[in-house]
Amino acid sequence: MAKVTSPMGRAGSASRYVILVACTLGALLPGYIMLTGAFKTQSEFLSSPWSLPANPTFKAFTESWSAGLPSWFINTILVTAGAVIGVMVLSALAGWGFAYWQFKGRETLLGVIVSLMVVPPVVLLIPLFQFGAQLGWISTFRILILIYVGLMLPFSIYLLANFFSAIPHSLLEAAQIDGASTGAIFRRIVLPLSGPPIATLAVVNILWAWNELLLALVFLQDPEKHTLMVGIAGFRGRYSLDIPTVMAGLTLVTLPLVIAYLVGQRFFIQGLTAGGIKGE
Amino acid sequence: MTDATATTTRGPAPSGSRRSSRRPGPWHAALWIGPAAIAIVFVFAYAIYQLVVQSFKYKGAWTGWDNFRIVLTDPLFLTALKHNMELLLCVPVLIAIALLLAIVLSETIRGHTFFRGVLFFPYILPVTVVGVVLGQLLTLNGPVNTALNGMGLGKLAADWLGDPNIALWTMGAVIVWKEVGFGIVLFLARILSLPTETYEAASLDGAGFWRKHWSITLPQMTGVIAFYAVTEAIVMVSWVFNYVYIMTNGQGGPGDSTVVTELYIYRMAFQNQQIELAAAAAVILFLITLLLVIIFFRLQRKSLLAVVGE
Repeated sequence: MAKVTSPMGRAGSASRYVILVACTLGALLPGYIMLTGAFKTQSEFLSSPWSLPANPTFKAFTESWSAGLPSWFINTILVTAGAVIGVMVLSALAGWGFAYWQFKGRETLLGVIVSLMVVPPVVLLIPLFQFGAQLGWISTFRILILIYVGLMLPFSIYLLANFFSAIPHSLLEAAQIDGASTGAIFRRIVLPLSGPPIATLAVVNILWAWNELLLALVFLQDPEKHTLMVGIAGFRGRYSLDIPTVMAGLTLVTLPLVIAYLVGQRFFIQGLTAGGIKGE
Repeated sequence: MTDATATTTRGPAPSGSRRSSRRPGPWHAALWIGPAAIAIVFVFAYAIYQLVVQSFKYKGAWTGWDNFRIVLTDPLFLTALKHNMELLLCVPVLIAIALLLAIVLSETIRGHTFFRGVLFFPYILPVTVVGVVLGQLLTLNGPVNTALNGMGLGKLAADWLGDPNIALWTMGAVIVWKEVGFGIVLFLARILSLPTETYEAASLDGAGFWRKHWSITLPQMTGVIAFYAVTEAIVMVSWVFNYVYIMTNGQGGPGDSTVVTELYIYRMAFQNQQIELAAAAAVILFLITLLLVIIFFRLQRKSLLAVVGE
């Protein structure tokens, strides 16, 4: 738990809070500008960006909402849901495969899969795009979902294989002696025990798919298929003379994340740092 | 990461004669791993194979190393690569800030969870949002310069993203702003897992803040620092596309001042239609990333050996 140190005394503790408060402000100020900017008019935003909105207006919100946000939201939800459901199922199966059997080359295979986590998507972009073009799958969700699943798998398998391996053998063996099949053990014992890691993993994967820009940008060329990230990437160019509309759009995009983070901060922190803390 | 594999080896071990004969043989694992393996092979193995083949061809004909020669003598590619290398300077900055804040947080009791939550928050935001908002903050007449002028620090105001001499460093600062929370939480978790006795003994001996953390905290954190350093180095070399794309409207401007390797590949492939050259550049980027990973595993082993040796 947190350690108290006496030598620094009161002055030390005060300087610590100064550092923390300064950094907190630094972390939150851009959000403040975004949120307050969304309620201002263009001229007010330019003349007094730091003040609270004098006459709050929702005009920027209606403007940005009608610029395409609803369909971007729906597209993002479809892609994210498809990809995350896919990756959760595949990685749970594979994770169990790695955890339950000791086969030859198992460690090597797992090591190779883990190291794929760092392959930059831009490296895979060109051949995958050509593949998609050959099939006529450009501007379809299925090609993007397929690629997202592939890219999210290494981390997902790593996390679940680790967790499944830690389930006490005695539980599994008891079931085995009772004649349960491997599939039944997985369904009735392993999955029910794995709620928290599966939720954590789902949060990480949803966040990744929700925030992904490069692949969505390249694969979803039809404006009707744009996701949130692709949509708002083009926002600033389109509304360069109407910053409040840009800020309102960004606020609407960020809102679901903020709410999710407030509710399940633990899952975000655990999931996103899982690789590093295990690595110690 | 190396340890991760070690953890998994602890999986259900064969338990001698009492082991049930009903347990299916190891080849059954293939049924469970198979579906995921197909997706991985397609997205990674197939793509990388195709990429490498393509980097040696031009319009379908084999051309040996020509594409690599062209890319490696293209001033724009070298500029892009140089920018990635310059961004690597953000890594020590990230480590220093994250370490300081993690240590401060570990000694803070009141508001501990709150501060951690806030400092981690930028890390979960999409780069798209971060890029647009911070890009707006940093325009010539934007809020940052307004604030500097208002505080009488007008001399410090600059055209953060419009001046080719500083645009890349502004970009670096934005990346640090977003990525530092990851380091803080990572380091904090490690610090809180350290045994407290040493600190108590050191306090009794009158060791101050710096002495204590330099001699006790730091030596026990080499593993997690190495992990963070390599993760962030990989970010700087091959995951900064989103920042540059968003903050410069896909241009890497002003001029070529913020062009990075990823943007070079993207533009080569999808704007100039020079797929083969883009493929060669992508292969080079892939090899650099691979090199970083190898360095990481070396470091990990060394730090593990150091721990064992003590």
